[in-house]
Amino acid sequence: MTDPQNSPILEARDLHMAFGGLVVFEHLNFTLGRGERHAIIGPNGAGKTTFVGLVTGLLRPTSGDVLFNGRVITHESPQQRVKAGIARTFQINSLFKALNPLASVVIALAQREGRANVSLRSVSREGKLIDEANALLVKFGLADDALTVTETLPYGKQRLLEVALAFALRPQLLLLDEPAAGLSTAQGHELFRQLAVLTADTTVLFIEHDMNLVFRYADRVSVFAAGALVVQDTPDKIRTHPRVREVYLGT
Amino acid sequence: MSTISEPATDRSTPASQYFAGLARWRVWEILFWVALVGLFFVPDANLPLYGQIVIWGLFAMSLDLLLGYRGIPSLGHAAFFGIGGYAAGYLGKFGWIEPISGLVIAALLAGVIGWLTGRLIQRVSGIALLMVTLGLNLILNDVVHRQSGLTGGDDGLQGIEVAPVLGLFRFDIFGRTAYLYALAVTFVLFLLARALVKSPFGLALLGARENPRRMIMLGAPLERDVTTVFAIAAAFAGAAGALLTQTTQFVSPTSLSFQRSADVLVILIIGGTGRLYGAFIGAFVFLILRDWLAELSPVYWYFWIGLLLVVMVAFFRKGIVPSLEALVRRVRRR
Repeated sequence: MTDPQNSPILEARDLHMAFGGLVVFEHLNFTLGRGERHAIIGPNGAGKTTFVGLVTGLLRPTSGDVLFNGRVITHESPQQRVKAGIARTFQINSLFKALNPLASVVIALAQREGRANVSLRSVSREGKLIDEANALLVKFGLADDALTVTETLPYGKQRLLEVALAFALRPQLLLLDEPAAGLSTAQGHELFRQLAVLTADTTVLFIEHDMNLVFRYADRVSVFAAGALVVQDTPDKIRTHPRVREVYLGT
Repeated sequence: MSTISEPATDRSTPASQYFAGLARWRVWEILFWVALVGLFFVPDANLPLYGQIVIWGLFAMSLDLLLGYRGIPSLGHAAFFGIGGYAAGYLGKFGWIEPISGLVIAALLAGVIGWLTGRLIQRVSGIALLMVTLGLNLILNDVVHRQSGLTGGDDGLQGIEVAPVLGLFRFDIFGRTAYLYALAVTFVLFLLARALVKSPFGLALLGARENPRRMIMLGAPLERDVTTVFAIAAAFAGAAGALLTQTTQFVSPTSLSFQRSADVLVILIIGGTGRLYGAFIGAFVFLILRDWLAELSPVYWYFWIGLLLVVMVAFFRKGIVPSLEALVRRVRRR
């Protein structure tokens, strides 16, 4: 067997994915190195979000394999993959609207720690979880909003909570599907600046359309187009790559 | 690894106070239960009616666990009420006349069948869920009607005996023992439900109600939790059914009719979901109104219940208890 420490954290081998007659991927191969901050870019319909779905298990490939730490996880449930260390955020906020950020984060922590089994023990007795939730909300600048109902929070704060929930799981691999979607340019940069600090020890794979953010925060970039990985390289090389200009930048 | 410094648990942070506050007993909660006990001492109180209210409140509370906390609608919840009712009936008819153990057995049986139902519906949602729960209710109702040799058919199960509670308190014709017995059992089950919904498991139920997809991506065993809460709700409904059988020494197919499933849903919606107390307030309004309207116009009282529902949905969309809470909040803010 491969040593998990030396194998890539994530690998896709010959992935084939079709929704009915619509083929999204044919023979997709992809490798993600441990510790990378890796951006996936590509035009709409390139299969970026589908790829995240395949990695997290919300979608299953028609054929091919997904490997995490060198282990085939293609047939594992999303929950098993979360337990293994994969977490994701959604392009469109996917939050607990009627609950507040504090309760939301405690839910995530209780799942991570396996503390959500049937019991008659009040949440208030989970001091450790509550303290950690509190600390996390402070980190994400949500401390003042901890007790505000989520759906009444400004969009930017909800976006932070979206990331905080995934981050609360202490994943090895964090998948961010357009984290800056809907944010202003300034807010987007602020979010990425915070993320860069918070996720210094985590492998991050993010989908992003804003090229400024990509070139500034990614240390590797993959370009998807029409269900294939066109090229994978450093931001500098990507910027000048002729194929990229052709498929993506449109010049 | 992100090492989050973990300070010694500080009970005074707003965060820990928030959850402690959720678990704390409010004055009105205590008053509510004291008032229910107080009814017993009111001269000439209609205790049989109040007993029914308490039992229906328990029944609606069991549905609240499912609908209010987990967001699972059921059109067939009376199936479990009926299972508990008939189980208690058969026990009493065939010699197991000790009420508390009979009630526990009936509730456990309903819980087991609820667990199996939960396994069946754990992957179903939305309209399909309504159809499946309704279908199960109709099947059970039909079986009880057809097997009239076993169940007494429409005439119901006769000759049910119930021993004195704790060997001391005989069920009397004024319904005094029945009322206190129903109230005591309901209170104990309420305490369990209250603790459950304020536990991390209860929080996970709320999370799954709000956003099942996100719960999956937090690693939550969504399907197992559905089965679990279904079993618990069914057991509580079964306990309510058993209480009704034991306190009236009678059980008939109406206890698991579709009408009963609809009534309990109406009660919960009138009172308000996701509050536990909404179930009891709804039961109070519904049964008092039914009692009163049935005297005014014995045939057409459902007309008024229907009208009440329409008015409720138009003006107090979330039900009585949540509307009152909103009112209190508004008054306090001033």
